[in-house]
Amino acid sequence: MKKLILSLGLLVAVGATLWPQAQIIINKNAAKPTIAVPDFRGSGPAQSFMGTFNQTLFSQLQDSTALKMVPKTVYPLKVPQQPTDFRPPVNGQSQGPWLTDWSQPPASANYLAFGYTAVQGNNLVLFGWLFNVQLPSTQGAQIIGKIYTGSLDESGARKVAEEFAADILKQFGGTSLMGTKIYFVSDRTGNGHKEVWSMDYDGSNAKAITSYRSLSLFPCVSPDGSKIAFTTFARGTPQIFVHSLETGRKLPFYNQNASVNAASDFSPDSQKLFIYSTAGGNSTQIFETRADGSNMRRISNSRAIDVEPKVNPKTGAGLVFVSDRGGLPQIYRMSSDGSDVVRLTNGEGEAVNPSWNPDGQHIAFAWTRGYDPGNYNIFVMDVASREVIQLTHAEGRNENPSWAPDGLHLVYSSKRGRSTQIWTMLADGTSQKNLTTQGNNEKPVWGRASSH
Amino acid sequence: MSQFRGSQLARVSSVLLTLMLLISAAGCKKKVPPPAPPPPPPPIDRPAPAPTVTKPAINSFSAEPTRIEKGQAATLRWSISNATDMTIDQSIGAVQSQGTRQVYPSSTTTYSLIANGPGGSDTRSVTVEVSSAPPPPPTPPTVQPTLNGQEMLVREGQDAFFDYDKNDIRADASQALTADADLLKRVFTRDPSLIVIIEGHSDERGSAEYNLGLGDRRATAAKEFLVQLGVPGDRLKTLSYGKERPQCTEATEDCYQKNRRAHLTVGQ
Repeated sequence: MKKLILSLGLLVAVGATLWPQAQIIINKNAAKPTIAVPDFRGSGPAQSFMGTFNQTLFSQLQDSTALKMVPKTVYPLKVPQQPTDFRPPVNGQSQGPWLTDWSQPPASANYLAFGYTAVQGNNLVLFGWLFNVQLPSTQGAQIIGKIYTGSLDESGARKVAEEFAADILKQFGGTSLMGTKIYFVSDRTGNGHKEVWSMDYDGSNAKAITSYRSLSLFPCVSPDGSKIAFTTFARGTPQIFVHSLETGRKLPFYNQNASVNAASDFSPDSQKLFIYSTAGGNSTQIFETRADGSNMRRISNSRAIDVEPKVNPKTGAGLVFVSDRGGLPQIYRMSSDGSDVVRLTNGEGEAVNPSWNPDGQHIAFAWTRGYDPGNYNIFVMDVASREVIQLTHAEGRNENPSWAPDGLHLVYSSKRGRSTQIWTMLADGTSQKNLTTQGNNEKPVWGRASSH
Repeated sequence: MSQFRGSQLARVSSVLLTLMLLISAAGCKKKVPPPAPPPPPPPIDRPAPAPTVTKPAINSFSAEPTRIEKGQAATLRWSISNATDMTIDQSIGAVQSQGTRQVYPSSTTTYSLIANGPGGSDTRSVTVEVSSAPPPPPTPPTVQPTLNGQEMLVREGQDAFFDYDKNDIRADASQALTADADLLKRVFTRDPSLIVIIEGHSDERGSAEYNLGLGDRRATAAKEFLVQLGVPGDRLKTLSYGKERPQCTEATEDCYQKNRRAHLTVGQ
């Protein structure tokens, strides 16, 4: 994972990062392939959707952080639209677009993505190519040459751009967020009710998953994308419900007779659920159950409030969780049998909402360190070294970070002004984007692309 | 019988009439002298006055009051002159010419006073109306009978408030819960099948997940306190809302304090 480099003490250099103390996830200065992506044009009616297309393609590639984007201002004037447009220079005289236009300064690109769109049979068709412009000739330079089809509208333009971007990113070990879903809690239906919703990673396509007309909170999605667990007051006390994401139906889950049963995380094989419950006594403790609630097993054993267990997604062993056993809530780690409890945060403020990076080495969490109670910011910690970086800086109250499947993006809630909304950002705190506006939206989790 | 007598009389009269005609026929034959002047009228002789006898008179006969409720008394009062024999009916009997008498009629009754004397008699009546008494007012209850357990809780239940991130029972919370314990005992006496829920709430500052645990602790702490004061624990349930149901939504300490509470409500 070349982009997940823990590099300490980086000087502020190209890219001018705001907090030079540590770059844990995203190292903008590491050697990365450089790509030029000139604006594509559309023939006839296709042209009207090219604004959406070009913006989607560029931001998808840029946000992946797998590539270094050549700024559009330094592109050559002659842009190829198809491979036959390339003309080698004759006696130093340009005959048309050529590879060296892109490989040499000022562009200095390693790769060039180009192509065009047209309308065929009432569809938007993209002809997309990726060339290695470092080669001496077009012989062997083509890496991708593919046709993509979408509907003749904005969403079709977005779709073909995402698919092309995903193909490009695959070449460089990057992961596209295309098809990934964000699950969250919204009160937009009113009456004080909170329901679980889903939306696409860019905020589009929002749909209600529950309609219990109650408080339905804390969604967590199985890694296989087949089911979602959440905690609902639909039957009085908070209980765990599990729904199939394939059929939308409620699946059986046996809740213990306890004042609190709350879902927190699925195991990497999607077969087990990590929960917190008062089933063992007076305060919430951490348990593991099967996905139907059977075979409940206690993991933590304290007189404190223990909540939010999150299992290491890489190893399936070892949990991080939140406990107030030392006073105010802090983040701890323990092994799967509850032994070897270690505090990870240093005891300052309140540290809550841990979320594992898919790499199993880093966590994101919300912390009030340096601020008043309740004023959380998003931090990332390298669990082995306890090194932390702060990603948000009091732009509102920021909570519930959850990693994207690419391990580079985070979704979180931010209360800026009167309402709480869902935002995404890169794991260095840049590219903050607001995805929701209707009502209050909170407790997001980022699920993988559904395999269906 | 009278008819027979009548026909006899007619026969006698007709004989007399025939005799008188014969006499006068004989007299007509002679010259008749002028008739004598009529005798002077006899002197008017005033008869001796009869002994004076006055008719009896009832001067007054009243009932006071004329309208009573059943079981109450009314007073009859009368005054009579020139009577020798005075009675009031309705089993009262002979009375003096002046007097009062208390009566206890059980229903509306008309009393008649009859005064008889040598000069005649007089009668007068009074009526005493009797109404049934209205039902007595409800006796003031010690427990308002119209309030059910839920209403009692809403009216008298007190919230127990907590410090930030704490579930210790403060002095003010102890006072509130002591009053609540007394209230709950009355509520359960009145409605032994009732289930009371102790809700635990927190302010908005901690994480929602942690506050679910904290609210549960506060509810449990309040429950344990109430049970120690003798409230039956099997009638109490705890329910943590965490920070999901604030009663105050401003970002002030005042508001935060209002939301850090244990609150009593009736179970479904």
